Amino acid sequence: MKYIGEHLLPGQLGHLLVVLSLVASLVATIAYFKASNATSPADHDSWKKLARIAFYIDAFSVLSVFSILFLIIAQHYHEYFYAWNHSDRSLAPKYLLSSIWEGQEGAFLLWTLWHALLGLILMRTAKKWEAPVMTVISFAQVCLATMVLGVYFFNIKVGSSPFLLTRYQFQDAPIFSGPNYLALDKINNGNGLNQLLQNYWMVIHPPVLFMGYASTIVPFAFSIAGLWKKDFGWTKAALPWSLFSGGIFGLGIMMGAAWAYESLSFGGYWAWDPVENASLVPWLVMIAAIHTQVIYNSTGHSLRATHTLFILSFLLVMYSTYLTRSGDLQDTSVHAFVDSGMNWQLRLWLFILAIPSLALLVARYKKIPHIAKEEEFNSREFWMFIGSLVLFLSAMAIIVPTSFPIFNKLFGTNLAIGEDKEFPYNRIQIFVAMVIGILTAIGQYLKYKNTSKAYFNKKILWATVIALLVSVSISYFGHINYNKYGIGFLSAIHLALFAGVFAVIANAGYIYTGLGGKLKAAGASVAHTGFGLLLVGILISSSKKEILSVNTFNPLNFGPEKPKEGFENLTLFRDIRTDMGKYWATYEKDSVNATRRITYFKVNMERKDGKEKFDLYPDLIKNTKGQEGMSNNPDSRHYWNRDIFVYVNHASSVMEDKDTVQFKNHLVQAGDTIFYSEGFMIFDSVTVNPNNSKYKFTSNDTAIMANLTVFTKENQKLTARPVLYVQNNEAKLILDTLYSQGLAISLARVAEDKHLEIGVKESSRLTPFLALKVLQFPFINLVWLGTIVMIIGFVMSMVRRIKLL
Amino acid sequence: MKKIHIVILVGIAACIMILLSFMGDLSTYETLASARQKEGKTVTVIAKLDKSAATPIEYDPAKNPNLTQFYVIDSLGNKAQVKYYFEKPFDMEKSDRIVLKGKMKGDVFEITRKDGILIKCPSKYKDDPKAAQNNLSQN
Repeated sequence: MKYIGEHLLPGQLGHLLVVLSLVASLVATIAYFKASNATSPADHDSWKKLARIAFYIDAFSVLSVFSILFLIIAQHYHEYFYAWNHSDRSLAPKYLLSSIWEGQEGAFLLWTLWHALLGLILMRTAKKWEAPVMTVISFAQVCLATMVLGVYFFNIKVGSSPFLLTRYQFQDAPIFSGPNYLALDKINNGNGLNQLLQNYWMVIHPPVLFMGYASTIVPFAFSIAGLWKKDFGWTKAALPWSLFSGGIFGLGIMMGAAWAYESLSFGGYWAWDPVENASLVPWLVMIAAIHTQVIYNSTGHSLRATHTLFILSFLLVMYSTYLTRSGDLQDTSVHAFVDSGMNWQLRLWLFILAIPSLALLVARYKKIPHIAKEEEFNSREFWMFIGSLVLFLSAMAIIVPTSFPIFNKLFGTNLAIGEDKEFPYNRIQIFVAMVIGILTAIGQYLKYKNTSKAYFNKKILWATVIALLVSVSISYFGHINYNKYGIGFLSAIHLALFAGVFAVIANAGYIYTGLGGKLKAAGASVAHTGFGLLLVGILISSSKKEILSVNTFNPLNFGPEKPKEGFENLTLFRDIRTDMGKYWATYEKDSVNATRRITYFKVNMERKDGKEKFDLYPDLIKNTKGQEGMSNNPDSRHYWNRDIFVYVNHASSVMEDKDTVQFKNHLVQAGDTIFYSEGFMIFDSVTVNPNNSKYKFTSNDTAIMANLTVFTKENQKLTARPVLYVQNNEAKLILDTLYSQGLAISLARVAEDKHLEIGVKESSRLTPFLALKVLQFPFINLVWLGTIVMIIGFVMSMVRRIKLL
Repeated sequence: MKKIHIVILVGIAACIMILLSFMGDLSTYETLASARQKEGKTVTVIAKLDKSAATPIEYDPAKNPNLTQFYVIDSLGNKAQVKYYFEKPFDMEKSDRIVLKGKMKGDVFEITRKDGILIKCPSKYKDDPKAAQNNLSQN
């Protein structure tokens, strides 16, 4: 059949270029390998020339494939499954890029694109290291190209192509029976981009994080090249690269944290979710490696550790990719991908890179130069090495529990992390924070080889005194009394807080006392200051996170040990000012956006002391991708020292059907009982022309009020006082509504024989309401500030190290 | 003894402590039946919504926004009621699997932590060709 309106050329071209990139990277690998092992310079040069051409072709193909994919998405060529499945016509242009990395194939493309870019830079800068380093990178390009190949070899699918046609993806779907399927709404509109990814952080976070992932290959490749060529001078040339990797990788992780924080889908900026852990662990190992690398450059110690750590850092990136993309973490992670049928390939990829590199490391380990004489206790290198070791152990303490699902699969065990997901990590990492904080603080005051006691004591004294004063005042005046896990953990928090403050002050001070204010050389101090700030920010914001929407209406009794369960959400009925701790909260109205996908709820917050009044607009978004239901998105108010977050967990106006319940009438006289589903009520008496706080009738009016006592299932005793009155010869009703019971009670009419007709309506939708949660995060800005300062430090160091090459 | 040996010893000791501390809190994957036998102990159960119950999910935020009650059935066909003291997770109705972390108390499985429940939807963050196909064939 000839289909109307299909653009088949871009896909064919794209697929051709994928194949080209595979072939070119294969040629580059072989040619670079030959060049590395060439014995004569002429041989070396001719192989290298070929390899360069091949790698240029690879880089060109990868860039073109990426551009074609973007074009297909931007032009809404929904005959391609990738475009149809990850975007729709209503998508804002800035999110078109997010569509690329929503899917597995686009993510791999992005990765390979970064590798290509890094390779092009290395070609110009790596000099004698070019051939062996580029052999490794070209080989990684081969592996990545197979991931997006989408070709069958003997019935085995190799990779998954982003250029698959929609009609091939769903071969037997009836929608393709006509030639004009592209004009049908279902295809024409597109399946859409996941709502959660329609966030500006999701435009920027994945490319940066993937650059982080991609960049770990450079120090890895240098390390392999060093082992391979038995030439151990690579560490200086690789230092700017490892600093770049540490910086950009850290930035990528923290951007992810910022996204998680803003969209609150993880409940904060960090939740020890396996997906987060999987990215943190290789970064920690990378940081450990950078420190041993610096030790080696200055003293000749720790080269073995440097090799091991760089290799592990890259392999952990591979392992993390496997973890998050294989579907093996399904039962433990909120965000893990489902099995895409490429597991065997991901596994193979992991083994094919891990086994040769580890084998090479083991085989050459004894040949790696090391100094037999030990480091002195008072030397910088000794304590830096300890710091690296602690970072490495901390990484292992994170990756082991994260890998439980894998262990379970391998060994048939059934381990799982306990009920409390975060504390098992926190109670270990708090000690890491303490040790690393203090080592970060003192590290630079120590000199390589040997530090005289007098020098060290004199220099560090003031920093210690000031840090003590500052941290004690934060501890004391900051009311840090996080007692959820007892006094032991609380003291650990205070100690870690001191360590963090110490790191900040000692490193900031070192720029003046140690470096004489020479900012050019202060990269490390700046990065360490930022790291200290980050630590302090994490400690304060996590230990003082507060739930403002404490629900005092439904205190569920959990026994003495759990007095505070089930209280995080508060129900707000429309226009009813509700007590929320320090605030009065009022749910005022709903509004929808232009596409009618998003409903905003206006919630007015008023400080009880009258000092502040503001509106917040949390929203609910209709799910895309053919899914029913909603996702919530918080609104926040930022202060310099805290953020207030509000998010809606339930909104009756958009999540429930219209109220169709009718009043049920009961004929009663005084003393009678009326039952309703959640309790009963007793009609006590009648008041004629009531004059009280609620109603102001005078003796000239004709009004009667029924007094009812309502007994609820929860043993609450409430009163209801509906009124019937006559105005201009017309009977009018005033309902009394008990929102908490979902009850509306009316006095419908006066019947004979002292009987009254009481109407009772039971419905949870008497008035629109929200169930919302309000959180306060104090000093979260320290976390972001610390991150930024740390990254600046990395950049400064990198620039300096490049100049020193 | 070399310094590095001392360091390694301390490192090993730290690792053992870490492992032990984790062991203390570990839970295990259980079925509802075996969870019943371990009443009061935190366990992890993989189950799905029991659609045969009259109301599989009860959540009435007008009355109590912090209580979600639902019925689950595990792969062996055991059923139980679950009490979750937080808001109803979004998309719970559509879940094909629910990972529960909590304690059995009598006949009721109680979850007292917000992250004690993990909803697995056919497609929420991820792509599921089946969901896409359904979307395509519905009219």
